[in-house]
Amino acid sequence: MTLMVMSGNSAQAYAACRARVQVIAAYPITPQTSIVEELADFVAAGTLPAQFVKVESEHSALQVCISASALGARTYTATSSQGLLLMHELLHWAAGMRTPIVMGVVNRSVAPPWSLGADHADTMSQRDTGWIQFYAESNQEVLDTVLQAYRLAEDPAIRLPVMVTEDAFFLSHTVEPVEVPDPSLVDSFLPARDARAVLVPGVPARLGSFTGPKEYVEFRREVAKAMERVPEAFHRIEQHYQSLTGRSHGGAVSHYRTGDADAVLVTMGTMTTTARTVVDEMRAEGNKVGLAKLRLFRPFPAEEFRELARRTDRIGVVDRSFTFGAAGPAATEVAAALYRSSHHPVLSSFLVGIGGREVTPNHIREMFGRLLAGKGPETRWMDLPPPAEEVAHG
Amino acid sequence: MVKLTIPAPELMYSGHSACPGCAPALAMRLMLKGLGPRTIVSVPACCWTVVATPYPTTALGVAMLDNPIESTGASISGLRAAADALGLTDVHILGFAGDGGTADIGLQALSGMLERRTNAIYAMYDNEAYMNTGVQRSGATPLGAWTTTTPVGDGARGKAEPKKDVMGIVLAHRPVYAATVNPSFPEDFVRKVEKAAALRGPRFFHIFTPCPPGWRYPSDQTIEIGRKATDCGIFPLYEVEEGRYHVTRKGGSLRPVTEYFQAQGRFSHLVPEDLARVQAQVNADWQRLLRLESGT
Repeated sequence: MTLMVMSGNSAQAYAACRARVQVIAAYPITPQTSIVEELADFVAAGTLPAQFVKVESEHSALQVCISASALGARTYTATSSQGLLLMHELLHWAAGMRTPIVMGVVNRSVAPPWSLGADHADTMSQRDTGWIQFYAESNQEVLDTVLQAYRLAEDPAIRLPVMVTEDAFFLSHTVEPVEVPDPSLVDSFLPARDARAVLVPGVPARLGSFTGPKEYVEFRREVAKAMERVPEAFHRIEQHYQSLTGRSHGGAVSHYRTGDADAVLVTMGTMTTTARTVVDEMRAEGNKVGLAKLRLFRPFPAEEFRELARRTDRIGVVDRSFTFGAAGPAATEVAAALYRSSHHPVLSSFLVGIGGREVTPNHIREMFGRLLAGKGPETRWMDLPPPAEEVAHG
Repeated sequence: MVKLTIPAPELMYSGHSACPGCAPALAMRLMLKGLGPRTIVSVPACCWTVVATPYPTTALGVAMLDNPIESTGASISGLRAAADALGLTDVHILGFAGDGGTADIGLQALSGMLERRTNAIYAMYDNEAYMNTGVQRSGATPLGAWTTTTPVGDGARGKAEPKKDVMGIVLAHRPVYAATVNPSFPEDFVRKVEKAAALRGPRFFHIFTPCPPGWRYPSDQTIEIGRKATDCGIFPLYEVEEGRYHVTRKGGSLRPVTEYFQAQGRFSHLVPEDLARVQAQVNADWQRLLRLESGT
């Protein structure tokens, strides 16, 4: 184990290196670039004996990974924002083809207007493509999750692609101490890919193919069933990782002081760190507040939220993007999960940090305040100048 | 006894779902005869998506990967990268795409693959329109041709623009090998494939593939129309190896283009003045090709 000071982008690159990826394909986009620059350095130095295919677009980057994965190689790519949107068609291909690709995504706002700040609209708009999605709070979590993502993606019961996301600049370009596991430790955690259902030269077979409605439904159902197996598989994988490294990031939903909480905020990514300090401050002031960090967004851990609803009366879901015509994407997921719950807490949707705006302790405090005061249900854009816009719950 | 030069083993099975008289079916058959069983073929959305037959069957005796219509160039770069990473040193990587998936929507990925010097073969089978979707014009549709999106009427006489020069685009990338082939000349076809198979680096084939329903001619005329295309100079057979041109079929003077055009319903609206302009262009292109051959 080596303690290094590194950015989230470095954490992505080091994780891919430790995972001994065999084929990398990437196209540059701010703020993802330093991931692939660092990987190019690893390959050039001979540290990572991988094929690095420098492609002419993100679309081709993902196609290279799909085709390489279809032949049995362990693959990695990274992108952000517009690049992820350009990949959209191929995201469906990667999942439908059951290729265990791992992709780093730096969450960045979507144009127009051009903007570079942290925003989850890029990955949220890909939530229906069949990819497993993780959102990370720290650079350590980025590195650990990428390694866990390979185990998950390549699990014979799963065989689905995984994206591990990090907030633009707050993680991608901010350095933190990160423990980098030794290669031998990672090798024992993540052996070489057990390639199944891949093309074999000389063996007549077709991967992809076309079907009528009958088999098509079966194929889609197989993807759905693989998604259903993710929570159990991930729990097992994270426990194994913890036994080797002593580190856990708390599963699909990481709880902080929610046991007796009157009000709980659900957060994703870097705003969680800010929220945690506010929870401590408000607890010290006598307010029973708690925090549920949503780490795994796809598949959505609905049962965890039904469990949370049994012990708290007020839940606020904080989203860093907005689904136009609806609400925050995580908020709609939580609402859908709670419909099948016997307990129905007050549920509010808060929009904050969009386009890279700072999420301040005051924002967090105000959201808790609104929940504790019994306001809502509501959909509220928190960081617009007063009077804050309020939208009726759809 | 005539010495047979085309390998006997078949890597394309009967029972495929091509139309009667389908030249792209012949093209795949000849291509795989030249490359052999350790070929992995990546096929985008095109006629061959369907010709290869639906799940769980396949008409090919080799491994086949489907990819979306625009990404064949990237797909074969990925297959080669994986083959190199996994130590699969004896495999041929083949992209087999239609003219729309190459000349139009797939041009960027093709250019990327050529520029990256991917060690793979990209074959464009050119039936000169989007045939799998029902005969819509592509960038490879020739001047004057009827298609469903270039109809013939009082105000229009088929496609108003000339055919895109895909070989010219490919050659600008300086591939190690590029050739035109035509299933009507199978010995020339397979000889070129075997030559390409022995080389390393990016290689390209432009395959002339007549289409009976799309070109509006009887399905027993495919071979004859292919012969006319080459003998009239519409589709000359040549190869370019490291920049050196070699015309592989000359056969004396060119036949008049009217023989080719009059055999197809898609050109039936053209008048003698149209054909005279085409003839002049074909003559000029042929002379240019001969100059390239003598000058390289």
